[in-house]
Amino acid sequence: MVGIVVVSHSQKVAEGAKELALQMASGAKVAAAGGLSDGSIGTDLEKINKAISEVWSDDGVIMLVDMGSAIMTSEMAIEMADDPDKIKIVDTPVVEGTIFGAVEASIGSSMDHIVEVLKQVKTQAKF
Amino acid sequence: MAATKKDVLNFVQIFDQKMEEHRQELTDMDQAIGDGDHGINMNRGMKAVGEKLPTFQDKTIDAILKGVGMTLVSTVGGASGPLYGTAFMRAGMAMKGEEELSAEDIGKMFDAAIEGIVSRGKATTGEKTMLDAIVPAKDAYNESIASGKTITEALTVAEKAAWKGVDYTKTIKATKGRASYLGDRSIGFQDPGATSITYMIQSAKEAGEKAGK
Repeated sequence: MVGIVVVSHSQKVAEGAKELALQMASGAKVAAAGGLSDGSIGTDLEKINKAISEVWSDDGVIMLVDMGSAIMTSEMAIEMADDPDKIKIVDTPVVEGTIFGAVEASIGSSMDHIVEVLKQVKTQAKF
Repeated sequence: MAATKKDVLNFVQIFDQKMEEHRQELTDMDQAIGDGDHGINMNRGMKAVGEKLPTFQDKTIDAILKGVGMTLVSTVGGASGPLYGTAFMRAGMAMKGEEELSAEDIGKMFDAAIEGIVSRGKATTGEKTMLDAIVPAKDAYNESIASGKTITEALTVAEKAAWKGVDYTKTIKATKGRASYLGDRSIGFQDPGATSITYMIQSAKEAGEKAGK
């Protein structure tokens, strides 16, 4: 199953997005990497690395990020990973993307398919 | 005279002290145009580096620089984490296996650090970022070395060029990072990242002065 990693400056945002996603797709593998080790605002490479390995499988890992250092630090985590080709950052809204991504992953969709779905989430009108 | 491992460790320690000293100043600057945490973040990151310094003593120069970079990426928290982190790690990679740093080596470290910042931040000069300070500093350094100046003399010229770059950031609009949300309202304010990186260059100069190189 494709793993989902949520990277936010805020621990609460990352964990909240995970919580919402698991309500829809309880079997999904979702890891939250939000905030610094003491819970304050920021992004932390070690936390992100840990989240990736938590949900890692050969099916791949999809990362959702908020902004700035969340993007750059996630890129660094991917560069350092053993199999960087199997980890992708998707440019999509964090909360909605985590939910859609988790649902797709839990029904066995491939990484490429989930990436396509999440790209559509970005352009889809909410109402 | 070439810089040694001791000088590199000294430089890192001085930079740590400066981030402590200028914590409030950098934070105030960032409050004006960003998310108001630059001084806090840089202080937290360099403090973590400072605490690890004793474990770096036996490492090679490239491993020390890599260790500084890795620590910053995990402790700074903001965009400066990956940016400074990449800069230090790339500078280290450029010096792989070197036991001493010649004046030219330091120029190569500047180049590698700048390339790292450019690729990580997808930024260029003129966008009100740290590049507006470090790029002119690197050019000034290389010109001084080419005309036969010592490392410390060249770093002194580099620091002056970096401060000029900091002044230049006051005149332009931010197009990268959180300050870009302000658009034209960011004009008139000094960029905190350009300022902190100038303190980094100042730290290198002071380490050079201390070593008499």
